[in-house]
Amino acid sequence: MIWVDTIVQGVLLGGLYALFAAGLSLVFGIMRLVNLAHGDFIVMAAYLILVLVTLLGIDPFLAALISAPILFGIGWLLQMHVLNRTLGPDILPPLLVTFGLSIVIQNALLEGFSADSQRLSVGQLETASLALGPVNVGVMPLLTFVSAVMVIIGLNKIFYSTSLGRAFRATSDDAVTASLMGIRPNNIFATATGIAMVVVTIAALYLGTRANFDPTVGPARLIYAFEAVIIGGLGSLWGTLAGGIIIGVAQTLGAAINPEWQILAGHVAFVIVLLLRPRGLFPRAVD
Amino acid sequence: MALLQTDNLTAHYGDFQALFGVDIRLEEGETVAIIGANGAGKTTLMRSISGVLTNRADAITFENDRIGSAHAADIVKKGIAMVPEGRKLFPSLSVEENLLIGAHGRKVTGIWTLETVYEMFPVLKERRLNPGTALSGGQQQMVAIGRALMSNPRVLLCDEISLGLAPVIIRDIYAALPKIKASGTSIVVVEQDIGQALKVADRVYCMMEGRITLEGAPSDLSRDAIHNAYFGAAA
Ligand SMILES: Nc1ncnc2c1ncn2[C@@H]1O[C@H](COP(=O)(O)OP(=O)(O)O)[C@@H](O)[C@H]1O
Ligand SMILES: [Mg+2]
Repeated sequence: MIWVDTIVQGVLLGGLYALFAAGLSLVFGIMRLVNLAHGDFIVMAAYLILVLVTLLGIDPFLAALISAPILFGIGWLLQMHVLNRTLGPDILPPLLVTFGLSIVIQNALLEGFSADSQRLSVGQLETASLALGPVNVGVMPLLTFVSAVMVIIGLNKIFYSTSLGRAFRATSDDAVTASLMGIRPNNIFATATGIAMVVVTIAALYLGTRANFDPTVGPARLIYAFEAVIIGGLGSLWGTLAGGIIIGVAQTLGAAINPEWQILAGHVAFVIVLLLRPRGLFPRAVD
Repeated sequence: MALLQTDNLTAHYGDFQALFGVDIRLEEGETVAIIGANGAGKTTLMRSISGVLTNRADAITFENDRIGSAHAADIVKKGIAMVPEGRKLFPSLSVEENLLIGAHGRKVTGIWTLETVYEMFPVLKERRLNPGTALSGGQQQMVAIGRALMSNPRVLLCDEISLGLAPVIIRDIYAALPKIKASGTSIVVVEQDIGQALKVADRVYCMMEGRITLEGAPSDLSRDAIHNAYFGAAA
């Protein structure tokens, strides 16, 4: 029974990792760009939510709702004016630029908010739990997981059943031919990054409500996100959810055996999947 | 004033100059063929007109609008659509999505819709849910033509639509051109197949090494003149 409980907790934790990863996966799938500052953007969004909560005295969920369009705008401008210029046949410039951004964001947050750890409070929800059959699950972990599934469903819907998604896929296939269709690839990429930043805001909400955060925790979130994306198969959103769940379950199982093994077990699972399926669990057919 | 014309158009790939002062024009309702050997610069000319390669603003004029430096996305919105060399279907899109994206992000009015494209190429309707790239070469070419038509263009640029296809298939594809012309679209066809080009064109340009070497109505051009313009006088 303890194992069922451990696995359920792991699956729910996987939802959090999937949220960390979904934006990264979307952007990578469309423009082959790995944003090394992704984790730092999640932390930055968490601070924005915190500021709104503190200044306006509102609840973190509402603050996240207000933050989402702001983050969309930041993502759009960042892609349009900075990242688009780094895209090209050479994969190094985007890595260097986003690595630099990661450092800038961390230092700016340190400057503005100090190194103290912070937390977003959601009151009684934090400790609330409900019985799912034989296991008790926390309401917040459950909400995180449900949000992750909804984000993945939503992104898939955009990707496969809207004309914007059609333009995402076409531009990803062949940006020059897409421009012959009346598409401006730079706008498409900016919109994609904007959407990824909305997902970042949702990830930030759960990052901040479920654990303490400080300006330096971004890179570790990036690693989990990155592993989830790779395990799932580059460009597959459902794969990213599966990847998050695998890391989450591995971590809780590892921790159940020996609390010190939690983090290590996640990384070991990542390596095992890569050894067995070098292209991930659900690689894209065309690449 | 012609519907579309180039004035002293040049093009470069890095240090390599691919076009040297090309002047062509396309009148309303006309079908013009551009012939020339491999490497003559035909595709470069099409890429320049469609905005993939940019130029001086006044190098290309369309309906009194200087479009030489416009973005490709704006040029198709102004009414010049391209069937690119090698078809260039989007592998991640189904046949129907490939067609729909031809009119991306705008309300276009005109006779070309999914229905009329399917009417012209019925086989595409049967295969509308397949990935575009799962089709035979001829069917893919139909998708590429239909995709360009979905924008209801004033000018259709067709770059080697017969390339790599069997003669019967080429006949089917070329049978679409009179229908497209009848819909009020002016056409530029780029061909290495001289016979095919002479059959459909009102006027022909021959290119060699980045220059126009001959121009005229098919009936006015002798075999020798074409041969010289195509291969060079020494050949
Ligand atoms: N992307 C490119 N980079 C460098 N040179 C190119 C490129 N595309 C075409 N060329 C050169 O430009 C010349 C014209 O090519 P192209 O326009 O494709 O000719 P055509 O379509 O008539 O076969 C050729 O010499 C070709 O090698
Ligand atoms: Mg060519």
